[in-house]
Amino acid sequence: MAAAYAAKKSGAETVILLERDRHAGGILNQCIHDGFGLIRYQEALSGPEYADRAVAEAENMGVEVLTSRHVVKMSADRKVTAYCSEGIEEYAAKTIILATGCRERTRGNISIPGSRPAGVFTAGVAQNLMNLHNVMIGRRIVILGSGDIGLIMARRLTLEGAKVLAIAEIMPEPTGLARNVSQCVYEFGIPLYVRTTVSKIIGKRKLEAVELSDLDDSGNVVPGSERRVECDALVLSVGLIPENEVAQTANIRLLSNNAVDTDQYLQTSIRGVFSCGNCRRVMDLADYVSEQGEMAGRNAVRFIKGDPMEIWDEEKSNCMKKGFPESDTITCTVCPNGCQIKWDEDSQSYMGNGCRRGTVFAEQERTDPKRNVTTTVVVKGERQSLRPVRTKTPVSRDEVLQVAEKLRGISILPSSKIGETVFTYQSKAGEDISVITTAGK
Amino acid sequence: MEQIYDVVIIGAGAVGCTIARELSRYCLSILVLEKECDVAYGTSGRMSGVVHAGFNNKPGTLMAKFCVKGNRQFESICRELDIPYKKTGKVLVAFDDDDMKALEGIKARGEENGCEGLRIIDAEEIRRIAPGVGGIGGMLSPNTAIFDPFTYCIAHAENAVDNGAEFVFDSEVTAIEKKSNIFCVNTSKGAFYARYLVNSAGLYSDKISAMLGITKYKIFPCRGEYFILDKIADKLLDIPAYPVPKPGIGGLGVHLTPTIDGNLIIGPSAEYLEDREDYAATPEIMDKLFAEAKALLPAIERTHIIGNYCGIRPKQAPPEEGGFRDFVIREEEECPGLINLIGIESPGFTAAGPIAGMVRDLLGRHLKLEKKNHFNPIRKGKARFRELPQEEQEKLIAADPEYGEIICRCQTVTKREIRDAIENMLGARSLSSIKYRAWCMTGRCNGGYCMSRIVDMLVHDYHIPAEEITLRGHGSEMFSGEVK
Ligand SMILES: Cc1cc2nc3c(=O)[nH]c(=O)nc-3n(C[C@H](O)[C@H](O)[C@H](O)COP(=O)(O)OP(=O)(O)OC[C@H]3O[C@@H](n4cnc5c(N)ncnc54)[C@H](O)[C@@H]3O)c2cc1C
Ligand SMILES: Cc1cc2nc3c(=O)[nH]c(=O)nc-3n(C[C@H](O)[C@H](O)[C@H](O)COP(=O)(O)OP(=O)(O)OC[C@H]3O[C@@H](n4cnc5c(N)ncnc54)[C@H](O)[C@@H]3O)c2cc1C
Ligand code: SF4
Repeated sequence: MAAAYAAKKSGAETVILLERDRHAGGILNQCIHDGFGLIRYQEALSGPEYADRAVAEAENMGVEVLTSRHVVKMSADRKVTAYCSEGIEEYAAKTIILATGCRERTRGNISIPGSRPAGVFTAGVAQNLMNLHNVMIGRRIVILGSGDIGLIMARRLTLEGAKVLAIAEIMPEPTGLARNVSQCVYEFGIPLYVRTTVSKIIGKRKLEAVELSDLDDSGNVVPGSERRVECDALVLSVGLIPENEVAQTANIRLLSNNAVDTDQYLQTSIRGVFSCGNCRRVMDLADYVSEQGEMAGRNAVRFIKGDPMEIWDEEKSNCMKKGFPESDTITCTVCPNGCQIKWDEDSQSYMGNGCRRGTVFAEQERTDPKRNVTTTVVVKGERQSLRPVRTKTPVSRDEVLQVAEKLRGISILPSSKIGETVFTYQSKAGEDISVITTAGK
Repeated sequence: MEQIYDVVIIGAGAVGCTIARELSRYCLSILVLEKECDVAYGTSGRMSGVVHAGFNNKPGTLMAKFCVKGNRQFESICRELDIPYKKTGKVLVAFDDDDMKALEGIKARGEENGCEGLRIIDAEEIRRIAPGVGGIGGMLSPNTAIFDPFTYCIAHAENAVDNGAEFVFDSEVTAIEKKSNIFCVNTSKGAFYARYLVNSAGLYSDKISAMLGITKYKIFPCRGEYFILDKIADKLLDIPAYPVPKPGIGGLGVHLTPTIDGNLIIGPSAEYLEDREDYAATPEIMDKLFAEAKALLPAIERTHIIGNYCGIRPKQAPPEEGGFRDFVIREEEECPGLINLIGIESPGFTAAGPIAGMVRDLLGRHLKLEKKNHFNPIRKGKARFRELPQEEQEKLIAADPEYGEIICRCQTVTKREIRDAIENMLGARSLSSIKYRAWCMTGRCNGGYCMSRIVDMLVHDYHIPAEEITLRGHGSEMFSGEVK
């Protein structure tokens, strides 16, 4: 969307955006948690809200957004074939920008020993089922892998009343962002075991248990460390693979990790074909993905005009603090840097913050930490349908579960629009906290 | 009075389904009882998918005879019933002089069995036929083929139903009594009555037999693990490649087989176990499998792996004996009317047609086999959108816009095809049953993209509550219910 927006803005005559889903927005639509747009909009938006803004920007600029169109192939002479319910469409373009995202590594890819029962999901599928389809994957959960989607799902599952029994991570540090480790895991008391793996899946038809084992420094199971954890769902958050099926149909050069090999201008091995976002390199932050998309859009137009192109700064792709938060520190969540802030007795001041907002945040954290609650509510009348919501202003950390619980009983009308207040929560401190929808018809 | 069927068949694997279809040519009432929720959930859905030529089996055995005969019939049956089939041939790859010597023996044995066209080839020819494969020479078997085992069973069952046979799924046979020449078959779905009983229960055939007091059989389960690789067959290997079998292993050695869909499978291992349905994979075997496959085809990588599965051989030979014992296909003297099929291991799938023919002849000794006038030998599968040329695809979309909606992106399966699969003739509604029919959820994303969309269709279009959706029938519920 960002690429389409920027291409149009830079003067492209016609920009067509082809999307296979019914809605534009991609993976954002199922990421109902907040934390998007910290850089781009200086706000902590949820995924659907961020998507909504991006779609609006593109459409207002004059981009033709065509949904329910599944692109199956493209050619080196820049023709694209898409399937839709009206038939098979061909588009000829002066330039093509690929922004096909990524998919998850699966159980099949990582070959976990044991049986293959019902109840094993990848984190993204679990998220999709729970947030978009109102399907609950289980009640007693083990998560393998501490990628961000897994961490986010740990909190999501907890808010919906499931018990997350363990998160097992093979590496010595969590692979997700420090802010997610602290806000999605520690704050809910979920046990996180590093250098640990699921060494066996147990259960013939339905998952009954997993076997967790410690790993030694070379990654082998430590004999005797096996322990059985009874559970009814195993969630895998074991990495993402750039998705480049379309690129492959034109023999665009890929790297060994399936990512598109581009030059510094984000141009692929075919001149005039650009690649941006997760299909080029899996990135942590939507804001930077958008930024990169915009550059790809601008460069595409520069390519058509024969102007010199801009260079992408690779540093931006992955710059955030990952792994364990440092002990006795506060992980600042105001911006994605995730500075590790400490109170220094000697100087009687905060240390480690990258900017002044960090001090304000740290002070709040120390006295009365606050969080936004993101969850879903039922849409009246339509069976199985959910709408994402969040608190407009943060509530006290201790009240997060109460808010989620209260919202379980709320239902809204199908006609409700994005940003509408659906519920007002009376906090213990007596404030009225609005809960608003973050997606709408 | 309850209906008394002429023939009740226990087990809806390849053998049971083929027998049902064969018998449905005649004026007989036929019932198939299956403990799972669909056909091909046992060994028949967990094998290599190869139509063997018959050079591996001991001359004079039923195995040898039926394998060769089955191979000859296979292609025309696949055409009649619209089963994906491809005559790829197969290479046996020799790595040393011992192997080369063994090949001469295998070729001679094959020829004695009646296999045609077997040919010893040199390293150069191997390189031409199977470029990525190592080896100093080998043997080419031109009549070996690959096919889709799920569609085989589904097609036979559907054609049998079309011709009047009945199937009852989720009906596990728990006890059988014989009173005044009528078998009373007790199942988890109640009792069924039969004049003749065909025991094609695969891994449990010895137990079924024992229910009628015939305890002389014992099945030794022997597990074979497989890996499924991404669609690289067209690039790396488009013909099954086997090592020269070493004596006594009771399997054919870890081999590489392209599937009809262009994936590559590696396996199977061979490991005796106690449990007949322990389909778990073990880390040791997984590593070993991969190493052995890589020796055969060095270009494969761990990153090509997209899944794994196991099949279990119903062996009659105990571990200390190893190797193969011949199929037992007989009417039991101690229990007239009971036809036992015991130890139908590889090449049992290839041999299913001739096995069914033999069962028909055994029954023909008692029953009058009168051909039906209206037997329909043809079964047409649903359109496979991705295999059609673009003009055909456009026609389909114009006729039904749901053909334009791609639900499974890895395999290009459309919404209409998923709908056809959900509404299948046998009434199977589990996710695996939908998968085997539409071939969705089988690609490199393991259903990451399409599964939730299929679940959505089941819940909204077919009103199946989320908590009742199963992976493979009762006891394999996928979800705990709704979120809210
Ligand atoms: C690893 C492996 C690889 C193989 N590769 C090949 C190959 O490439 N080519 C080839 O020709 N052959 C191959 N075979 C052999 C072939 O798969 C089998 O011979 C064939 O599938 C046997 O079919 P079946 O119908 O007898 O058994 P099954 O498919 O096992 O069917 C038996 C059915 O009976 C049902 N059943 C059992 N007990 C009961 C009960 N109490 N009540 C009701 N129902 C019951 C089961 O659920 C099952 O569906 C292979 C076998 C294995 C294990
Ligand atoms: C010829 C052949 C081609 C295959 N191609 C693919 C593929 O392209 N993509 C893919 O995901 N999987 C393929 N499979 C295997 C199967 O779909 C996977 O094993 C799957 O990962 C296991 O699914 P499960 O967890 O639903 O079943 P589990 O309950 O774990 O059981 C293992 C499953 O493997 C299944 N299986 C055995 N043989 C086959 C088979 N022939 N085809 C499909 N399933 C089989 C068994 O029926 C069984 O359901 C292929 C298997 C074969 C034999
Ligand atoms: S301290 Fe400043 S720079 Fe650091 S994370 Fe907080 S807001 Fe960002």
